Amino acid sequence: MEYLIINHSEEVEGPEPGTPEFGEMMGSWMAYNQMLIDNGHWIGGASLTPSAAATSVAKSGDSLKVTDGPFAETKEQIGGYYVIKAEDLDEAIRLAQAMPADDVVFEIRPIAFRPDA
Amino acid sequence: MEERLHRAMRDDCPRILSVLAARFGDLDLADEAVQDALVDATRSWPTGGIPPNVGGWLMTTARRRALDRLRAAKRAQDRLDSSAHLLEEQREAPDVRLTDMIHEPDHNDSDPSDSMPPGDEDERLRLLLLCCHPALNSETQVALTLRLVGGLTTAEISAAFLVPEATLAQRIVRAKNKIKTAGIPLSIPEQFTDRLEVVLAVLYLIFNEGYLSHDEGQDPIRPDLVDESIRLTRLVCELADDEAEPLGLLALELFHRSRHATRIDALGDLVLLDEQDRTAWDGQDIKAANKVLHQAMAMMQPGPYQVQAVIAAYHANAVVAADTDWPAIAALYGQLVAMSASPVVRLNQAVAIAMSDGPLAGLKMLDDMAELDDLAELDDYHLLWATRGELCRQASRVEDARQAFTRALELAPNGAERRHLERRLATLDR
Repeated sequence: MEYLIINHSEEVEGPEPGTPEFGEMMGSWMAYNQMLIDNGHWIGGASLTPSAAATSVAKSGDSLKVTDGPFAETKEQIGGYYVIKAEDLDEAIRLAQAMPADDVVFEIRPIAFRPDA
Repeated sequence: MEERLHRAMRDDCPRILSVLAARFGDLDLADEAVQDALVDATRSWPTGGIPPNVGGWLMTTARRRALDRLRAAKRAQDRLDSSAHLLEEQREAPDVRLTDMIHEPDHNDSDPSDSMPPGDEDERLRLLLLCCHPALNSETQVALTLRLVGGLTTAEISAAFLVPEATLAQRIVRAKNKIKTAGIPLSIPEQFTDRLEVVLAVLYLIFNEGYLSHDEGQDPIRPDLVDESIRLTRLVCELADDEAEPLGLLALELFHRSRHATRIDALGDLVLLDEQDRTAWDGQDIKAANKVLHQAMAMMQPGPYQVQAVIAAYHANAVVAADTDWPAIAALYGQLVAMSASPVVRLNQAVAIAMSDGPLAGLKMLDDMAELDDLAELDDYHLLWATRGELCRQASRVEDARQAFTRALELAPNGAERRHLERRLATLDR
């Protein structure tokens, strides 16, 4: 099966680029991504800029309403997502758990249809 | 015949369901097939007689019915496929999975005497873990467990939980859909102990609903749910026989059940532990519970159910209430708090401390907890206020007791508990 994993977390300042901490953090994410690729789980994924850069666009009929900010003004925001291949929900949960993220809530949703599959 | 069929629904159907679900990898198909087989039984048994091997008969019939359903699905798929070329040049390959399942080797299909597979423990455990998967909400876990593992009908479950049958049936349909679309597997997970914890929590929830119902207008005690939970807990003890906590839960449930006859008086009112007629406690249950608890503790895997069972054992084995070893019980609550510091456990610890060291010691603990805001979660919990009232009464703080009992009375969920609190309030005026 295929799943979308969305990472929701509080937006905290990460380590400064160029510092050893930053390198360490990036290293662990790269290793995680490589693990997904090597084991045939990888379909896609990305990390997002903070929600301060988000724009919400509401469309209804002909009207379009563009506003500053994310869809939901909550403390936790979407930080990134993965689209993965997993045997079942338990494997998807294990893969989410293996992510080098902490204090995060993963929403795991099965993919219903993917035109490029 | 009805009685035999009813027994088969509880004992045989869940096993058959678990075997077929594992074999076909499709819970819904397996469930439909088992229901089909039961319908077949009601049709053919009255004339043909009850088969000598009911389990084997149902197994064979259900497997045939599953294959019938797959063939019908495949025919429908084929019709779709054969007309598909009219719409597009390139025909899709037929559904491989469906075809595989139909041609799956099925040596015993024609043998009506085949009995239940001997080693189906794994399948039953898988089914139980599936019903109690944490991706399902707890109401759903309870309904699915009773329906698929307990073999109860939706009518029986809806009566037990006072939910309209249609609501319950819909809950089960939704659950099956979620299982299918979310890809919840029939497997024994790596984190088995964590998942077993959920199973035990579901069973204890069923037990507690039976032990002291939350439902208005219902008998405060529902022996059917209590017995059902004990039956399923025994099953988990068998299926996970190298784990101690299922035995701990079983012992706890048996200790509680032993007091069944004495917990409600002739008027339907609750009788407190220290006022119960201990000679009427069920010696068989206590004996069985002691044995199970001993077995659990010999496994050297301590856990919260075992600690609770030891506490229950101190009560059950005290011949008169005054013999109760409250200091030991207070110490055990201390252990339990260290394992799972839920506010309810802390409340019980305060009661044990009050019994051991006097009401003021218990009240001091409650006051300390309130100061740290540890009781905020329990502000609407009638037993917090009933306890506070009782301790204040014992400490001769009559006005505080009255306020607390009054608050408890407003929050109490069933008539028996309300009447108990009213009596407590009345004693204050004497």
